[in-house]
Amino acid sequence: MFDLDRWREIFQSMGKNKLRTILSGFTITFAIMLFTILLGMGNGLKNTFSSFFERDAENAIFIWPNRTTKAYKGFQSGRRIEFKNEDVDFIKENYPGQFTGLIRRNQRSMEVSYKNEKSNYQVIAVDPDIQFIEKASPVAGRFINQLDLNKKSKTIAIGRMVEKDLFPKGISAVGKYVNVGGLAFKVIGVFSDPGGDNEERFAYIPITTSQMIYGNNDKVDQINLLYNPDMSIEEAVAFGNKMRRDFKKRHNVAPTDQRGIRVLNRAEMAQGTGQVSGALDMIVIIISIGTLIAGIVGISNIMVYIVKERTKELGIRKALGAKPSSIITMILFEALFITSFAGYFGLLIGTGVLEFAAPRLEKYFIKDPSVDSGIIIFATILLMISGIIAGYLPARRAAKIKPIVALRDD
Amino acid sequence: MIKIKGLHKSYPMGKDSLHVLKGLDLHIKEGEFVSIMGSSGSGKSTLLNIVGLLDIHDVGEYHLNGQLIEKLDEKKAAILRNKFLGFVFQSFNLISYKTALENVALPLYYAGVNRKERLKTALDYLDKVGLKEWANHLPNELSGGQKQRVAIARALVTKPKVVLADEPTGALDSTTTDSVMDLLKEINDEGMTVFVITHEEEVAEQTKRIVRLKDGVIISDEVTNPKVLA
Ligand SMILES: Nc1ncnc2c1ncn2[C@@H]1O[C@H](COP(=O)(O)OP(=O)(O)O)[C@@H](O)[C@H]1O
Ligand SMILES: [Mg+2]
Repeated sequence: MFDLDRWREIFQSMGKNKLRTILSGFTITFAIMLFTILLGMGNGLKNTFSSFFERDAENAIFIWPNRTTKAYKGFQSGRRIEFKNEDVDFIKENYPGQFTGLIRRNQRSMEVSYKNEKSNYQVIAVDPDIQFIEKASPVAGRFINQLDLNKKSKTIAIGRMVEKDLFPKGISAVGKYVNVGGLAFKVIGVFSDPGGDNEERFAYIPITTSQMIYGNNDKVDQINLLYNPDMSIEEAVAFGNKMRRDFKKRHNVAPTDQRGIRVLNRAEMAQGTGQVSGALDMIVIIISIGTLIAGIVGISNIMVYIVKERTKELGIRKALGAKPSSIITMILFEALFITSFAGYFGLLIGTGVLEFAAPRLEKYFIKDPSVDSGIIIFATILLMISGIIAGYLPARRAAKIKPIVALRDD
Repeated sequence: MIKIKGLHKSYPMGKDSLHVLKGLDLHIKEGEFVSIMGSSGSGKSTLLNIVGLLDIHDVGEYHLNGQLIEKLDEKKAAILRNKFLGFVFQSFNLISYKTALENVALPLYYAGVNRKERLKTALDYLDKVGLKEWANHLPNELSGGQKQRVAIARALVTKPKVVLADEPTGALDSTTTDSVMDLLKEINDEGMTVFVITHEEEVAEQTKRIVRLKDGVIISDEVTNPKVLA
């Protein structure tokens, strides 16, 4: 395979015919560059897509009541449905083993202040499992726990941004007291949330405390649960639907009423996303393959032209004793070298463009556009193959040239 | 060296075919200096191409260096060409992007000689044709006569049995023609078989045997200098 003399011949032929070499290389460089950029953009789009869902747990189901829109069982339309603690007990009793986390959630916008700093935040009264649903994790102190709930203590876990807003730099909020809607709450921890600034401006307090101090009732605004991750997507969708039916029945909401009981099921969304990102994949693959084929056809044409242009030279070589196999290897290796080198160059430019453009693309919903090394290896192999395909037919044609035809003086 | 018997060759021309060589008999021995004369279109190049294994004949027998030439595939033909034959063409046929030295060295590349040896031998042959100083020049920097001398050096570099020249002086003026012919004579004097095609009487006269071709048959075959052949 490695024959220094052969490569010397090939390099000379490429070097002395620079324009020809560059032109044929350019086609491949361009095709691979487009391929890389398209693939990268496609990946970026998919990244954006999945990041929409990363901020919360994938297996969450949210249930909340609303006004009915249909009269049913003697109840008027427009009735406001309300959830209470017993609705949570109902889930515990009826769906054992089907969920791994369950919380009540009452969310209000309230003024929170520390010394002279104050601002409005979403103060969310919850059960401790909320941290798994929101994927929040403490960066200092701890999260709300069952003991806080049992004691109905006035403790609060605040988001990173809340601490940043209210507390002077370098001062930890943990252990300090903040004023929440007129009452002093002790900060027991600061958390971060992949939901970003928005969800890091949340603060969590025990649901029991909230039910006691704000109205002394057992109302629940929203129930969140985590379905058992062992379930398949289809099973989880069915589970969500069953809960919707059961809750409608329980609260005397018409089965056809779209609004009385609302259920948002991540599993259903995952089904949708799967389809969308599958379609996205298909589009990217089709476009990329199209680009590559165009590149291969391009270089193939150029190789045909090159062989035609070199007919006389190849005829001379044959008259001087070049075997057909040596003509084939010469043309083939030249094509192979040009495609792999030019392709690699295209890959570099493509990834360079992606890297350069990445920060400017976020507003077009393209996040971290990049191609992974597996794809790069795949593309490289594809290039070698396309080089061989592109070079083989013209090379065969070249080897078949009859020296007398090539050398005829006209 | 070259032995031809009842050789026929036609070129297909659509439905018909053009019968170019109509039964040639020719015997050229080692060390001869032969010219083929004939008007344009008489089949001279066709004959030389067959002799040079660049084309195949239809009917008849051809022995090259005692070996019967038949059913030759491209690969075997290439090996025989490289080993036994050296070509000189009217239009020189040098590779334009290679220097004089590299052009001369090319047949040795196909013969499998290593690079150092190749370049050394090629330079010796360039020296022989008086172009050592021009070794690193490209063909377009050389005059017609110089190009043809490079081509002759290239034809000789593998030490072939026969040098085949198709109108080697066809593109040259009379002075350079003489210098090229002198070179061919010199090669022949060293024992090489030389086979020249020409339609110029003055060129043919400088060879030792003239074969005249007309309408695909040999009409005369005469020795110009009986002393040498005796
Ligand atoms: N490859 C070919 N195909 C068809 N006809 C050819 C071919 N080569 C030569 N001829 C024809 O054969 C005849 C002899 O050609 P050629 O041997 O080149 O003659 P010369 O060299 O004596 O001028 C000419 O009429 C020419 O047109
Ligand atoms: Mg001719």
